[in-house]
Amino acid sequence: MVGPSVGTDTDGDPPPPANYNAKLLLTNAASPIEGGSGGGIASWATIGGRQSDRGLGVQTHATFIALPDYQWTSFGVALGIADRVELSYARQNFDTQDVGTALGIGKGYVLNQDVFGAKVRLAGDVVYGDPLMPQISAGVQYKRALDGPIAAAVGAAQDQGLDFTLSATKLFLSHSVLVNTTARLTKGNQNGLLGFGSATDSDYSLQFEVSLAYQLSRRFVAGAEFRTKPDNLGLGEDNWFDIFAAYAVTDAVTLTTAYADLGSIATFEDQRGLFLQAQFAF
Amino acid sequence: MLTVAIALLLMQQAPEADVDWDKEFGVEVEERDPVTGELPVDPYDQSNDNAGAKPFSGTGMAEQFGGREGIRRIADRFADLSISDPRIAAIFEGHDHVRFRRTIFEQFCYILNAGCDYTGRDMRSAHQGLGSRKPEMNAIVENLQTAMREEGVGFAAQNRFLAKLAPMSDEIVER
Repeated sequence: MVGPSVGTDTDGDPPPPANYNAKLLLTNAASPIEGGSGGGIASWATIGGRQSDRGLGVQTHATFIALPDYQWTSFGVALGIADRVELSYARQNFDTQDVGTALGIGKGYVLNQDVFGAKVRLAGDVVYGDPLMPQISAGVQYKRALDGPIAAAVGAAQDQGLDFTLSATKLFLSHSVLVNTTARLTKGNQNGLLGFGSATDSDYSLQFEVSLAYQLSRRFVAGAEFRTKPDNLGLGEDNWFDIFAAYAVTDAVTLTTAYADLGSIATFEDQRGLFLQAQFAF
Repeated sequence: MLTVAIALLLMQQAPEADVDWDKEFGVEVEERDPVTGELPVDPYDQSNDNAGAKPFSGTGMAEQFGGREGIRRIADRFADLSISDPRIAAIFEGHDHVRFRRTIFEQFCYILNAGCDYTGRDMRSAHQGLGSRKPEMNAIVENLQTAMREEGVGFAAQNRFLAKLAPMSDEIVER
């Protein structure tokens, strides 16, 4: 061989598998309240885990939201398969604190829900390809509220339900802006924590989730989200809103903080507070 | 056992130093151009259209990349990082690094509207048979981000440039 050869002597140096398989930083997104991959309150078309188009990835998270009258904790795990399929589980715990007394269910009663999700990427790529062609995914979430009697007491028709989502997510590199829009068919009352549907309204309704994020650096994004919700129970359930910032501390660890406005929950108004999430992904 | 092995080793005849093994095995040696140091390539139509993206208008982007000199440093650093990157070493192995450095600079310089013409092949031909997939694309993007960051290019400008390159994935990624 003639001519210069620069740093090609990599024989016997197998590629580090973790890096080899990696997504671009932050493109596995945060972990929304229903688990899987997305923003804080919205499910996105992204697939969880750091795997790219081959291999397996895993994404785990713990989320805490401090509200004036309630406290939210959730944790979950998502399995990403070849950036194509995502299987997820999330456990939501909603501590009613003093409201529990007022509602007659006992101080500090905790409402729980399991959410099992499956999502498949149908087309497109969040970063590459046609700049106007988003990554499109369809998902289904099976939700099981674990406090059926309470859901029934507030008027819910069922204690379990299915949500169907169709999401489109794109990073518009030319403006460093990521946009997600999601259409969701749901019967959930407060996303299912208060059951599904009601005696008077047990039909699916079409709801929307919109997220906008600006990429400040490779590791840092900030943005806002909006999510519409039905009010099947007639308790004045509000739409949700948040502003968030996410920072990839390392390739594997992402911290997200947000100011979330969850509106009225079980007639207790103005539930606004701090959202904190730690996510570990590989 | 050991003494036998050593004895056998000592009995081995040293290979003749001046055997031209390439000739023995019928390997054709490509001679590098004495001026450019590049290996010959099959002829193709040269056109700026081969760069795979329309250049930016105006001089703003070129300035943010430090002009031609800045772009040269970024392209060189990007080439250094990529050629020595174990994640994508297989792609660059047996590739003409001299030619790669020149054409990648020309492509960057042309797209950033810093007054260059691109004389390389189109994206599909240039990447044919390299077996690139998305993880390799991601490694390339990370190396380019590192090179741009080290040259002090602002993040928004980095992304504007990547926006010109990202759509090329359809021509580069082989599934």
